[in-house]
Amino acid sequence: MSSQRENIIQRAVQEVENGTIVNLGIGMPTMIANYIPAEKNIFLHSENGLLGIGPYPGEEDVDADLINAGKETVTVKQGGSFFDNAESFAMIRGGHIDLAILGGMEVSSQGDLANWMIPGKMVKGMGGAMDIVQGAQKVVIIMTHTNKNGESKIRKACALPLTGEKVVDRLITDMAVFDFTPSGMVLREVLNGADVKTVEQYTEAPFTIDEALVDREAK
Amino acid sequence: MTKVQTSFEESVARIQDGDTLIVGGFGLCGIPEKAIQALAEKGTKNLTVVSNNCGVNDWGLGLLLENKQIKKMVASYVGENKIFEEQYLSGELEVELVPQGTLAERIRAGGAGIPGFYTPTGVGTPIAEGKEHKVIGGRQCILEEAIQGDAALVKAWKGDAYGNLIYQKTARNFNPLAAAAGKFTIAEVEELVGVGELDPDFIHTPSLYVQHLLVGTSYEKRIERKTVQQA
Repeated sequence: MSSQRENIIQRAVQEVENGTIVNLGIGMPTMIANYIPAEKNIFLHSENGLLGIGPYPGEEDVDADLINAGKETVTVKQGGSFFDNAESFAMIRGGHIDLAILGGMEVSSQGDLANWMIPGKMVKGMGGAMDIVQGAQKVVIIMTHTNKNGESKIRKACALPLTGEKVVDRLITDMAVFDFTPSGMVLREVLNGADVKTVEQYTEAPFTIDEALVDREAK
Repeated sequence: MTKVQTSFEESVARIQDGDTLIVGGFGLCGIPEKAIQALAEKGTKNLTVVSNNCGVNDWGLGLLLENKQIKKMVASYVGENKIFEEQYLSGELEVELVPQGTLAERIRAGGAGIPGFYTPTGVGTPIAEGKEHKVIGGRQCILEEAIQGDAALVKAWKGDAYGNLIYQKTARNFNPLAAAAGKFTIAEVEELVGVGELDPDFIHTPSLYVQHLLVGTSYEKRIERKTVQQA
């Protein structure tokens, strides 16, 4: 894993609070599970119908009937439960999931998220992402700050088709942490040796700077 | 009255060209593999298939795709299938992508006699285009319509002759919803048990949703992504 991704995951795992119900998206978010400290009692929700994802199985315990939303074989933790997909999304839309951490392609200054299709490329489908961003109590997006060409993925407005409008609560990149508030996007933290100036340089979307961060930089 | 049948071939012959078919399963987990194989052999055409995914190239619903039996696919995620991509890009296959929770609820509503429902899922996205919008409780929502199937194919773990079913672990997924939303539901089970052996408190699909029940043998249960703990 690149150090960029590792850094994002290390920061994202701090969002996971003890005793909560958490849904992790496919890909980089799934890896957060490996970093959650054992003393935190977390129930991971998998939208295909499982509350309480356990670790990956040993070779002898692999069960084709027990997978996560990424179609990987998993185990069930003690106290876990199985249910059908209508119930699984009733949990999501009903606000019973405390936190969802998903990947992103673009995020806009008003907290719009695009993470499911690129026009002109084969569309694979949105899976459960559109439901999750509307239903989870808190939506945290993790992604690299810039694309392969070094361009900002945090845009004034998303160019890609949306997954949801004004749905992102917090964005964590390899450089910064932003919150989306009624008064706009706020830079809360700078990460991994970046400073406010670098973040400004690589962020297309306008944002304000948390006062605590301004004070810290002034010192 | 027993619903037990012995021939998958005869059961799937109930499905007509042009029918809408709801199929249980998530990825390759909990798919009715025997009925799909029988339907592939039968060659029924112009099907509208409603299922979360569309199998892989040579397994599950991918078999029907390979035979060009599917006219339209309604699914939430179809990224695992190369043939799908080819048929979609060539215009042979019509595709309706539906958010997974909306898909599940549309099927549930179909089985429950609810013609439609409002949901915030998809508002502001391409999914909302052309749909009725309504603000409910201060929240913008879109109207989504129920899905019913001329037939449904489901896979359960155990069942009895009356058609009561129980599923195993995450192989439950869309199966109970499909069973209820199909006008003619064909259920396949790994094990047929005597009537009365399933505890009525723990039945997932009550008998009335099932019209035909068949026992499948030597289930392949393919795994898409086998992941094990690093030693």
